[in-house]
Amino acid sequence: MNPGPPIENAPPEKLVIDQVTKRFKTSRGSVTALDRISLNIREGEFVCLVGPSGCGKSTLLNIIAGLEMPDEGEVHADGRRVAGPGSERMMMFQESALFPWLDVLGNVLFGLKLKPGLKPKERVEMARFYLTLVGLEKFIHANVHELSGGMKQRVALARALAPNPRLLLMDEPFAALDAMTREQLYGDIQEIWMKRNKTIVFVTHNVREAVCLGDRVILFSPHPGRVQEQFEIKLPRPRDINSVDLASHATLIMKALKRHLKPDPAEVQE
Amino acid sequence: MKRAAFSIGFFLLLVLAWECAIRSKVWDSPLIPAPSDVVRYFMASIEDRTLLDASWVTLKRLLLGYLVSVAAGLPLGLLNARFQFLRDTLGLVALGIQTLPSVCWAPLALIWFGQTESAMFFIVLMGSLWSVLLATSAGVANVPPIYARAARTMGSQGLHTWYAVVLPASLPFIVSGMKQGWAFAWRSLMAAEIYITIMTGFGLGHLLHYGRELHDMAAVVGIMLVIVVIGLLADKIMFSPFENFMHRRWGTARK
Repeated sequence: MNPGPPIENAPPEKLVIDQVTKRFKTSRGSVTALDRISLNIREGEFVCLVGPSGCGKSTLLNIIAGLEMPDEGEVHADGRRVAGPGSERMMMFQESALFPWLDVLGNVLFGLKLKPGLKPKERVEMARFYLTLVGLEKFIHANVHELSGGMKQRVALARALAPNPRLLLMDEPFAALDAMTREQLYGDIQEIWMKRNKTIVFVTHNVREAVCLGDRVILFSPHPGRVQEQFEIKLPRPRDINSVDLASHATLIMKALKRHLKPDPAEVQE
Repeated sequence: MKRAAFSIGFFLLLVLAWECAIRSKVWDSPLIPAPSDVVRYFMASIEDRTLLDASWVTLKRLLLGYLVSVAAGLPLGLLNARFQFLRDTLGLVALGIQTLPSVCWAPLALIWFGQTESAMFFIVLMGSLWSVLLATSAGVANVPPIYARAARTMGSQGLHTWYAVVLPASLPFIVSGMKQGWAFAWRSLMAAEIYITIMTGFGLGHLLHYGRELHDMAAVVGIMLVIVVIGLLADKIMFSPFENFMHRRWGTARK
């Protein structure tokens, strides 16, 4: 197996989320999406944020990405305060957000072109490497509209991985896929995570998915968005979403989730 | 190939029927020229170069006016999409003027510029600038915000986001705006040439006008045909490459 481009990640530092508060103004007044959230995430950790809609988990992800600014509190990545988006924190969305005017290779090259100090040939080599990693080496010149939903998310994954970010932020990336494709991708993402040594923050509302992927599952509760409980998942990897052990963990978390879920008339969409 | 043959066959048949109708006196009027008369006109006017010269004069005016329209309309459209205060001012002006038939600019252009090339240029510009501007602006407004967000997380910012993401993402709108701008420029120029006679160049519109004055029906119909053909060719040559690219990439190919 080709080892690929060297992994140049800096020595372990962590993602520190410190007392982050975020409010949104709506027609009904101010809604607190996140209420003094504090979290520490270790280098190389796979963390899943789980919670019902409106709990602010996607907002937190956007704040870590630097796409949104917190009203109070700070986020530090690798010891530096997050003041805006940057390619060391790559984001994947529920929609692939691939650019239709570029082919598959062009999409993966987009982020690489913004990375200084690379020769054009090196960029293409790296893009090809990551497309091979996600199993799409035969489709490098395909157009985006020719790909299935699962293939699109694979390209989006390759595009996010290619500039070699320290942190990968994933906002329900598999939610729109069919169950079979999703199960394949669970295997792939675990394999890539182990091989490439990334730190991943993964947002989902699917508890089993969170247990399948995460070292740690962080349960959020809504109105206002708060961290309710945290669960360390110590199951051996790679994990199979259909295994019995996994199901029993998921049941435990699901119970906790239901305990905290009270019907609220003022439910706000994420 | 089959489709091309079918089209050509259809038009040959049409022309043939027309010729027969006149030869057999079904249509018997000096007001309707036979296709053979039109062909005779073409031969004569190509030989004495009137048609070629006039086409060249007209094309030069059209291209100049249109290129300036695009060169100004594209950036103005981008700015219009970017700044709310421009949408509230320039955007409304554009919207208003776009509804004005461009031949309505002719009297004003005559008073301001006299019977000059500048008057022609001005009318073409007023005819096409606004639709290019509005289409570009609409294109930018329709770019899904997720593209820019994705680009920003990859380290794109400021001007780079605009030319590497927003501009290509709005290409389908921009190209249809440019096509519309071209059609408007062409209409404006013909109206201007028929309406305004100037000494610096004798265009197709003038030729058409004098065809009427001389009651030369073959010339009138012939020149109209030339105008149609130029419009068709321009569409194919200028916009087809863009459209093919978009159909391929966006997957919107004609079935």
